[in-house]
Amino acid sequence: TVSQLSGQTPTHEGRDGGERGEDTDSSMEEESDTRKINNSFLRDHNYATEADIISTVEFNSSGELLATGDKGGRVVVFQREQESKSQPQRRGEYNVYSTFQSHEPEFDYLKSLEIEEKINKIKWLPQQNAAYFLLSTNDKTVKLWKISERDKRPEGYNLKDEDGRIRDPSTITSLRVPVLQPMDLMVEATARRVFSNAHTYHINSISVNSDLQTYISTDDLRVNLWNLEITDRSFNIVDIKPANMEELTEVITSAEFHPQQCHTFAYSSSKGSIRLCDMRQAALCDKHCKYFEEPEDPSTRSFFSEIISSISDVKFSHNGRYLMTRDYLTVKVWDLQMESKPLETYQVHDYLRGKLCSLYENDCIFDKFECVWNGSDSVIMTGSYNNFFRMFDRNTKRDVTLEASRENSKPRAILKPRKVCVGGKRRKDEISVDSLDFSKKILHTTWHPHENIIAVAATNNLYIFQDKVN
Amino acid sequence: MEVNVEARRILAVSISKLYASRIQRGGLRLHRSLLLSLVMRSARDIYHSSRESDAPSDAPPAPEEPMDTNSGPGEQNRLPEPQPEPQPADAAPEELEDGCENDMAEDKENLSPARQSRKRRGKASAAPDFLPSKRARLEPGEERYAAPVGSCRAGAGDSLAALTLNRVIPAF
Repeated sequence: TVSQLSGQTPTHEGRDGGERGEDTDSSMEEESDTRKINNSFLRDHNYATEADIISTVEFNSSGELLATGDKGGRVVVFQREQESKSQPQRRGEYNVYSTFQSHEPEFDYLKSLEIEEKINKIKWLPQQNAAYFLLSTNDKTVKLWKISERDKRPEGYNLKDEDGRIRDPSTITSLRVPVLQPMDLMVEATARRVFSNAHTYHINSISVNSDLQTYISTDDLRVNLWNLEITDRSFNIVDIKPANMEELTEVITSAEFHPQQCHTFAYSSSKGSIRLCDMRQAALCDKHCKYFEEPEDPSTRSFFSEIISSISDVKFSHNGRYLMTRDYLTVKVWDLQMESKPLETYQVHDYLRGKLCSLYENDCIFDKFECVWNGSDSVIMTGSYNNFFRMFDRNTKRDVTLEASRENSKPRAILKPRKVCVGGKRRKDEISVDSLDFSKKILHTTWHPHENIIAVAATNNLYIFQDKVN
Repeated sequence: MEVNVEARRILAVSISKLYASRIQRGGLRLHRSLLLSLVMRSARDIYHSSRESDAPSDAPPAPEEPMDTNSGPGEQNRLPEPQPEPQPADAAPEELEDGCENDMAEDKENLSPARQSRKRRGKASAAPDFLPSKRARLEPGEERYAAPVGSCRAGAGDSLAALTLNRVIPAF
């Protein structure tokens, strides 16, 4: 069952990369003595270099690769080890495959604004040849990266020697044909396309179309459609900017293509609504073909009603029949055929409803949590505070709260369900609402497309959990 | 009256967040600014409507400086813990909003001369009036005076909140 998850060692702080995971058993523990000391110091003092804070995680479509992006603009890609019969206990663990600097900080001179290098989203393209492709974006620029392996190198040039120095022509007496010789495996990442200057506002999401030729990038007010081959032009397909900015009441918070219908996409708003659009209707999809909104419950109205109804993430189910949305306190599953109200509503941490004022003061109310489907669309998952994350089984209606922490994550350890005590007597293993650590938030999670493997980002640590094999 | 205090506090917190967001790396975030302005609008509406209802009976001093977070210890002691019982606080704004909607619509017209004569401004120059300009460097021997938001005196309190909301977005 999903609730029995065992932990792979949380990958180390700083996710040093570039090297493939050559460690055998030692990848289960800290890599070396000096790092052991540093890591325990870092762990005990709860340091997190801000640049190391993970800002996005995403499995590729086969689940073989897992990419993370961080605030420092780096992307780290993990690859799943081939399962080997000789070491069955090392069942498909993820090791660092490639690390590269995707985005650098930039300065917009016209507006006197710094452009953060933080990676907001990564989306993989399905694999079509030996190389892997992903899109990564910061606030303003989307880049297409090619990740490829090189394990051979040509040797035996005529005009230069092995170091690259030009040979003295007088010493060349015969002609030879360069030959490809094996070399140590090198994984290279190269930027193949840079899609820039199309967004006035901050990009919050990207989504690859099922046609594998186009993708959309979305900022607060606009959705742009790109062809993956063409970087100097994009089509604006949604524009909700009012003529007078003072009349602005709503922004776009996320957008996603339908997983099968290449003409359909959905976008969510800060007012808690979702619009489904058909690109065949018009060039500019300002008129939605479906509009999903649940009327507000007047009994729960507060100063912060608008903030907590703002949708932070929208995801189509794999089968394309449902939409899932995340707002501050709930996750909702919508049937595409029913616009008037969600099919299912799940309370993520309703005990926070009475704390909205303090959460406003400490800025937590602005946190943008993501949500994710499992491969069969039967379970949904989202994060919370105190490094808790929640899973809801849509069929059994059972839910579980789990924690991503070092103490609970010895290798092979089974995660114990956690419980928040909402007043009254606190039982032994429960944690009270006031003891929750709001600086430890799980905003980004991802689920393997076919198997029960999840990756959870807790500040600067990445946790990978798998189903227990009995 | 508690609602009024809560509204004032939220207004104060919101404005300081607005300040902070101007120097944030990456520039003003439109979504965040919008949400801030929505909260401030709710708080302002509550604040005004409770002032309307309190005005005849209360002595004037209390609501004059909504931005003055340096209020005396007495007032601070009265401030309830972050979120008081949600029911009365939520019920009250609900009633006040419904009841005073018509009044508010009128009051917006009459609120302040600054708001009435507000011309349409371009994005670049939409700095809200109440925000102080760059603070002067102090000469040795000079002192900085308390109450940093110096323009928040009597009467300006209303226009302050009124001005900020619609300026948040164009200032972006």
